[in-house]
Amino acid sequence: MSGQDHGDDGVSRRKVLECMTWAGTGVLWTVTGGVPRSLGIIDSAEAATAAAPGMSFLQISDSHVGFDKPANPNALGTLEEAVNKINAMPAKPSFMIHTGDITHLSKAAEFDNAERIISQTKLDVHYVPGEHDFIDEEVKLYRERYGRGTKGHGWYSFDAGGVHFVGLVNVVDLKAGGLGNLGTEQLAWLEDDLRGKSKSTPIVLFAHIPLWTVYPEWGWGTEDGGRALEYVKGFGSVTVLNGHIHQVMQKVEGNVTFHTARSTAFPQPAPGAAPSPGPMKVEDARLRSMLGVASINFKQNEQRLAIIDTPLQG
Amino acid sequence: MKTLNRRDFGVDLGLALAAAILLPATKARADDMEIHIDNFVFQPAELKIKVGTTVTWTNRDDIPHTIVSAGKFRSKTLDTDDKFSFTFTNAGDYKYFCSLHPHMTGMIKVE
Repeated sequence: MSGQDHGDDGVSRRKVLECMTWAGTGVLWTVTGGVPRSLGIIDSAEAATAAAPGMSFLQISDSHVGFDKPANPNALGTLEEAVNKINAMPAKPSFMIHTGDITHLSKAAEFDNAERIISQTKLDVHYVPGEHDFIDEEVKLYRERYGRGTKGHGWYSFDAGGVHFVGLVNVVDLKAGGLGNLGTEQLAWLEDDLRGKSKSTPIVLFAHIPLWTVYPEWGWGTEDGGRALEYVKGFGSVTVLNGHIHQVMQKVEGNVTFHTARSTAFPQPAPGAAPSPGPMKVEDARLRSMLGVASINFKQNEQRLAIIDTPLQG
Repeated sequence: MKTLNRRDFGVDLGLALAAAILLPATKARADDMEIHIDNFVFQPAELKIKVGTTVTWTNRDDIPHTIVSAGKFRSKTLDTDDKFSFTFTNAGDYKYFCSLHPHMTGMIKVE
């Protein structure tokens, strides 16, 4: 895949550090007049200019702390890069959401390391789990840390800046041959949670696996995601934020905007562009462009989103 | 690769010892089967085996996987190069999948 030969010594440490410089990224979201816009954090000056009065929040995803394979031998280091970026932002976000795969193997040390780095943002972080966060023997480490006050396997909602946020879990009880799964209990809770909300309340749904079908051949979708989307149909502004696929994808369907965030750990191939969705090893020089940030702007009274793809290099 | 070689050697040695002591009663051991996980695919995806055969799965991806057959067997999470073995003592069709990536499915037919 890579054209790089990892011989006796592999990539030198210095080279790795160089190529990791820009690897960690997040997406800054700002809500103005109830409509979320996303800003790349690649250029903090640009973010500062664009940050109109209102509430802004960050999304980071797929930090895979513990991952040390050739696609990125130091996923913790790139998470730290992302955190440094966040800390350098002139407009401090109100809070952050993490859309799962905090760790690679759900080890206690991985959770501890992730917490140690992410807490340096001094932001409230609202987590949802990825499938990599639920693979310890007793499936308890994520819940011990992030499950307080949540329902079921860890779903919950909260309000901030006039926006209703709903964190969903779609990585549990997956069925053979199927996709991500919300399950009837969670769907019933969601329907109830949204009941009575004013239809003008902006809704943000966030979960690890895309709630929309991106590429079923690689499991990139949620079996019963359509039912969740039915419950938000009547709302004027709905934003669905996901991770899992380690690349930016977006689409708008009526009042619903779908967006997936990049990983802070390693890129994955575009759907069908490789034999599998596994970690993609790219040449050092290319890594920056793979991990660049796209700016996605939601503009009021416009159905289509304006997408500005901004690679970190080139 | 070193790990793999050492492990293979260990298996060979074990078989040789068993054969030396128990031949021909242990003939069935020679039918033990391997399934590899490469690129999120079980290879081979379908396997026909005889009762008593042990199947060993090896994860060769950079991403963890599991081997789950509902109500029959369930592996721990297999990191890169980890293995899981199961001995099939009853005839039947065993569908299985990766509980982390459920689009990955496989079948063991035991006769």
